[in-house]
Amino acid sequence: MSTSHHKLEMRQITKEFPGVKALDRVDLTVDAGEIHAICGENGAGKSTLMKVLSGVYPHGTYSGDIVLDGEVVEFKDLKASEHAGIVIIHQELALIPELSVMENIFLGNEVVSHGLIDWDRARSLTLELLAQVGLSVDPRVPIKNLGVGQQQLIEIAKALSKDVKLLILDEPTSALNEHDSHNLLELLRGLKAKGMTSIMISHKLNEIEAIADSVTIIRDGLTIERLAKTNGDLDEDCIIRGMVGRALDARYPPRDVKVGEVLFEVEDWTVEDANIPGRMLAKSSSFRVRAGEIVGFAGVMGAGRTELARSVFGRSFGTYRSGTTRLHGKEVKMTTVDSAIKHGLAYVPEDRKTLGLNLLDSIRTTIVSADLDRITPHVLLDEDMEYEAAESFRKSMRIKTPHVNRGVATLSGGNQQKVVLSKWMFTEPELLILDEPTRGIDVGAKYEIYGLINQMAAAGKAVVLISSELPELLGMCDRIYTVCEGRITGDVPRSEADQEMLMRLMTTTTSAA
Amino acid sequence: MTALRTHFGGAGRQFSMLIALAALIAFFQIATGGKVLTPSNMMNLINGNSHVLILAIGMVMVIVVGHIDLSVGSVAAVVGIIVAIALRDWGIPWWAGLLLGLVVGALIGMWQGWWVAYIGIPGFITTLAGMMIFRGLNQYIGKSNSVPVPEEFQTMGAGYIPEFGPVTGFNNATLLLGIAAGAYVIWREVAKRRRAAKVGFAPDPLWVVGIRAGLLLAFIGYFTYLFATGRPGTSFPIPGVILVLLVVLYHTITQRTKLGRHVYAVGGNRAAASLSGVSTRRTYFFVMANMSVLAAFAGMMFIGRARASGPFDGTMWELDAIAAVFIGGAAVTGGIGTVTGSIIGGLVMATLNNGLQLMGVGSDMTQIIKGLVLLAAVAFDVYNKSQGKPSITGLLFRRRPRDDDSDSSGATAGGSGETGAMGADSDNATATSPAPVPEAEARQQPGLPGATQMSHSTPNAQKGN
Repeated sequence: MSTSHHKLEMRQITKEFPGVKALDRVDLTVDAGEIHAICGENGAGKSTLMKVLSGVYPHGTYSGDIVLDGEVVEFKDLKASEHAGIVIIHQELALIPELSVMENIFLGNEVVSHGLIDWDRARSLTLELLAQVGLSVDPRVPIKNLGVGQQQLIEIAKALSKDVKLLILDEPTSALNEHDSHNLLELLRGLKAKGMTSIMISHKLNEIEAIADSVTIIRDGLTIERLAKTNGDLDEDCIIRGMVGRALDARYPPRDVKVGEVLFEVEDWTVEDANIPGRMLAKSSSFRVRAGEIVGFAGVMGAGRTELARSVFGRSFGTYRSGTTRLHGKEVKMTTVDSAIKHGLAYVPEDRKTLGLNLLDSIRTTIVSADLDRITPHVLLDEDMEYEAAESFRKSMRIKTPHVNRGVATLSGGNQQKVVLSKWMFTEPELLILDEPTRGIDVGAKYEIYGLINQMAAAGKAVVLISSELPELLGMCDRIYTVCEGRITGDVPRSEADQEMLMRLMTTTTSAA
Repeated sequence: MTALRTHFGGAGRQFSMLIALAALIAFFQIATGGKVLTPSNMMNLINGNSHVLILAIGMVMVIVVGHIDLSVGSVAAVVGIIVAIALRDWGIPWWAGLLLGLVVGALIGMWQGWWVAYIGIPGFITTLAGMMIFRGLNQYIGKSNSVPVPEEFQTMGAGYIPEFGPVTGFNNATLLLGIAAGAYVIWREVAKRRRAAKVGFAPDPLWVVGIRAGLLLAFIGYFTYLFATGRPGTSFPIPGVILVLLVVLYHTITQRTKLGRHVYAVGGNRAAASLSGVSTRRTYFFVMANMSVLAAFAGMMFIGRARASGPFDGTMWELDAIAAVFIGGAAVTGGIGTVTGSIIGGLVMATLNNGLQLMGVGSDMTQIIKGLVLLAAVAFDVYNKSQGKPSITGLLFRRRPRDDDSDSSGATAGGSGETGAMGADSDNATATSPAPVPEAEARQQPGLPGATQMSHSTPNAQKGN
């Protein structure tokens, strides 16, 4: 095949961050007029690759070539790549809720005549664009009045207004319901029929199988393989094998499993999105955890694992609709975070810096912050008790710091995570919910965190481990639940679980299992 | 004075301000030929500013939690007029008037706190409205007239502790206060050493303790002497006593109670605080309500000093209080700030006012200078943070390491156990997170085989000392 058939070629792209090679000689070839999918686990390097392509990481900060329509291009910023006809639509939509549809579509690209915005022309152009994406809304309606599905279409209309030649969609259907997803995929097919080339990043393998002409699989910053429909090897099984085909090595400390009685049960838990009425974050989910057991929750980003966990943890997310929780067989109602903590629940959030820590705080004050009553014998906090608690955790958790009076902001990611874990261990919980506890942490620190988790289980605590890394779940858990679109789709003991099976359950959009 | 005392050993920023305050006093003392450090001028300075300093105590909590209160002047004024009229027309005793004022303040505070905490209106807007509403109420209730207040209130606003005991040539009450303060300083050093021993840290070297305690004792001694040798019948003024008591109380609340911790937690990271079981609403409500109670108190002290409540009492007080808080090291974004720091900030402003006045500088120039000082103080902070450097004086006064780890060195940030650690000083702010690696896409290292090695080098920025 000669180069001229390729709309885009990215050759030997290597991108390094201090200490980490995010992309290692990645190749990507997209033919003209096709829909190309990029698959890979979270953290595999997909978004980094797209940022290289769109000039977010400008030319010179990476090595390798980008060849567009047979010519080597060097983008110095996002504007330059847009000028060349490359438009990215991100997972988090970049629309401004308060502005109208047409204002959003022409934001930064205003229709101007004689130095003033020509709103009449903008409006007629908007109507044309909306017709192209099959949307009939008033261009003057504010974006916030539209649903997510419609907003996604507005993004595409916005891209079309920029005379897009290569459309990149990052997880376009992750926030959409089935109906809207279907519409969007139909639109992509329609655009393809008109000659548009698209790249789609997606976790939903059934969608990929349905719509993509070819697939590139990326894993750990490397191109694993390129599958094409014409070769007949593009199916879910091949993709899964490519995505997870990594050998498990001894990255997980051994542990004695001593599982006891059922400690915590959740039954028929249903939660509605607080902002989007009708969108259910958890759909009558039930699960149980035994004392001494580590239970994993697997699912792609946005599947509803975090939402479920936080909703159970004192209803700190979404709007509670129905469901019961039982501790040691007795029903308990925990309507605030405070009451959840009092009942012995602990939740270590996925985002350390925005949800887990006050970065202005010191290590000492952070460790005791979730249970100040414990160091308040009378009216005042007892600072000796505070010091002793902080010191004992510094030693037992091996927090690397000269002094517990240091600010948590001075610590590395792994040590910050140990502080967060200490903070929750200090509350002496019975049930620990760990949400992505090793994200953004280097390998050595990860191993330490795994050891700490094992210790907690050995101490008879029930542990829920939410993770996007399947090897981590397989390495750590006794049992794994899979979650897809707010529904629990599987409950697999470790002995029966493997990555391909989990991946299949995680991407089962219709309820199975 | 407690403000200065308790913060020896505190965060760097407060030291810079303390040094600046001392330098300012020294400068004016020389420039005015010794008119600043005289008993009567010091008494004036305290009587004339304690109401703003009391406002600063409440304001720092409002600012730490992430709001601002513009209504304090108007609240002070409306409480003042209500109390003055009640005392005059209903004939209630002075203490009942005081109580009434505090109750009115609390009601106003609950009103404002409700809008902020439960309706979700930003403090800025709520209190901007309050500023108009309560100013109007003051003038409506008082019919824009001045209403005189009885003698007991005047004592509270500008009086002195009565003379008692043997004739020593000094004011006995002031002497007692000074001795008590000195004893507290010594007791605190002893307690700190005991705790260090108990928790297992190496205590501060004796020379550090000596210098620190010595400086403080000399300072207390000097001011005790100054206040005790005023003209007969004068002492350390009663507003000063009230101020010291309030500072001690609120310093304790902010640093040593659950409530105080919650204020810093909500201001520092609201989401993390609520995931740790803190009720952000209750915290907002308390802080706003408390501010109005303190404003009521300040208003009553002011009408005592002015001997009457008038229609223009309290104008611009909010700005003086806010300036004091920011000069005292609070962050506009919330989460950082201390009661003692704000008092020092307020004293800097007060000294500037006083010194410039004594030098015969007009109010026009005084305002310009005060504005520039506010800008410079905050710019100094911002610059230091962006440079990742603590202030020079902060460096000088940083504590020696006192941990027992053989493998670690580096200066400890924060300060004595009693102060500081909550409010990140410039030290904490220096160490921003290290790597610009986007977390989600940072590729995992393919497993180190049997990655048992855990000894990655200490990641903390080790700063020499």
